[in-house]
Amino acid sequence: MNRFALAFRLPVIAWQGLFFLGPLFFMIAMSFFLVKNYRMEEAFELKNWARMLTRGYVWDSYWYTFGMAGLATLVATLVAFPAAYALAFRVSEATRRWAIFLLIIPFFTSYLVRTFSWYVILAESGAINAGLGTVGLGPYTMLNTPFGTVVGYLTLTLPLVVILQTVALANIDRNLVQAARNLGCPPERTLFAVIVPLAKAGLIIAALFCFILSFGDFVAPYYMGGSKPPTLPILIIDTTKSGQQWPRAAVVAVMMMLTLFSIAAASIWLAYRKRSSA
Amino acid sequence: MSEQLNLTRRKVLLATGATALSAPFVSRAWASTTEINMLAWYGHGEPDIVGAFEEANNVKFKPKYYAGGDNMLALIAQSPPGTYDVILSDAEFVQQLNAAGYIEALDANDYPFDDMLHDDFTKFPGHWDGDTLFSMMVRFGHLGVSYNTTAISAEEAMSYKCFWKPEVKGKVGHFDWHLPSLGMMSLHNGNGAGLWDLDDAEWEAVQKTTMSLRPQVGGYFDYGGTFNSLKNGEMLAMCGIGDWITGVLEKDGAPVASVIPKEGGIQWTESYCIGKGSSKADIVKSFIQYMLSPEGQVKSAQMAAYPGNCITKGGRAALVAADSAEAERSNQTDGNPMDPIALINEGRIHYRNIPVNQTLEDWNDFWSEYKNA
Repeated sequence: MNRFALAFRLPVIAWQGLFFLGPLFFMIAMSFFLVKNYRMEEAFELKNWARMLTRGYVWDSYWYTFGMAGLATLVATLVAFPAAYALAFRVSEATRRWAIFLLIIPFFTSYLVRTFSWYVILAESGAINAGLGTVGLGPYTMLNTPFGTVVGYLTLTLPLVVILQTVALANIDRNLVQAARNLGCPPERTLFAVIVPLAKAGLIIAALFCFILSFGDFVAPYYMGGSKPPTLPILIIDTTKSGQQWPRAAVVAVMMMLTLFSIAAASIWLAYRKRSSA
Repeated sequence: MSEQLNLTRRKVLLATGATALSAPFVSRAWASTTEINMLAWYGHGEPDIVGAFEEANNVKFKPKYYAGGDNMLALIAQSPPGTYDVILSDAEFVQQLNAAGYIEALDANDYPFDDMLHDDFTKFPGHWDGDTLFSMMVRFGHLGVSYNTTAISAEEAMSYKCFWKPEVKGKVGHFDWHLPSLGMMSLHNGNGAGLWDLDDAEWEAVQKTTMSLRPQVGGYFDYGGTFNSLKNGEMLAMCGIGDWITGVLEKDGAPVASVIPKEGGIQWTESYCIGKGSSKADIVKSFIQYMLSPEGQVKSAQMAAYPGNCITKGGRAALVAADSAEAERSNQTDGNPMDPIALINEGRIHYRNIPVNQTLEDWNDFWSEYKNA
């Protein structure tokens, strides 16, 4: 690597080292520390790991968080795909640009504010139940339920998933799609045998982002799901609140990081693996 | 009528020059303002509480807000001595602040102990070490049954049993802090004054009672969530809070109320301490005196973030004179059967504490299990 290339990359390397790798190693080290009289003391003890990994509620939270993030990923992928498909193949270039601009707009406002705005819509006295009430239905409880949590996750992730899927689909070589159609491939088969495989990497990366953001999100499960049951980010907060057990919270955080690294590695392998030739 | 504003380049330059030349005087005026670092629950450093004191004394409060005594202790533990000039503590944590050497001793003669509404407030548990005062109580409130008056009657609310009412299934919320909620379950079990001093069997029974409430629970909330869910009717009863939240909503017209049930209620108590090593101890002392003055007590009772009861006779008299509606609403009137002082005298109020025979970890572990159940 020449000097210019190194100098060019140095800021990113320094940034990642200072603000990602450094804190990550510190967090791992902290998971072995001890807390005495609300003060953390440097140590190398396995007590925190032994305690947290043997608590049933930790694993309950783990699997609930994993399941909810997986569900949000599945829903976001399925809901986003028709919209992304339409934006990539069915609308003009100008319309697509406007649509992407509109999808970016939600990120201009605070996620917390967007989450709280759902209260007006999903509350038992909210807009949806009022509408359903006019046809004799409801009221249905939507806030403080797993449904509320998924709505919150989608508020965070859906626009991003649509954008990433649109970019992936829009970059497909149209000639290949056209060739499939010219050779008599029906539309559904073209979709699943040509378009989806060609956009596979982008679609998987979009899903991966959705999972990562949902898995680590505190706001949706707390304010939309009523912390019932708590997810791992809520458990981290609970753990730090009780006796300032940052080392035990670090154990949970490391569990989350390991999970996300594994999921990311598996996703990238799946996204970029070569198809074996038959 | 209006004179035309003629902005010539010369006038603009003149104005810019005048502003630049006056800047040193502006900054000098700011520099003479003393900054007081405050560590407190949300609301205590806001203008409705400290504004008048700031103006009168040329000081500026820089509040750092915490949520819970553990959080407060950690913030102090992680900061160099002298970081916080004034610390607002929940009474049950004062002893730990003192034991860790985080607070200065106070001179009891500086404070109006002869004007207290209740004898307990003069020698509040944990605030004294022998004859040395370390923390000065400034306000208190009571926790009991908080409920939506359209769903639970006043009579039903007189027992914690109303949380198990079938009509409120899925509509009982918890303030997400184990201490008040489990304390209430302990009171429900009849532990009365011994609610924090539980032997193994009693602790087991409290856990069983709490778990039996789980099907009724609609969520666990922080301050904002508790506030919202009661306001929009998502939750019809709330465990672990009191008038400090419903009082704000009630003033806003929401059909909510808080009562102390027959099994008893829990008192939260807030006290001011002077941070160890503070170089502004004198002005902080003046501030604590101000908060104990009739004016300060009224401000505390009317606090926008959450109301608290007066602790001095002078404060109560001033509240009745200045805001009789709030005094009536919060039962701070002599002869009122729900007068917080009368409730203490009747033995229905128990001061919040930390578990005696279990650790906070035990309680918190169970709380996490409960939330996951």
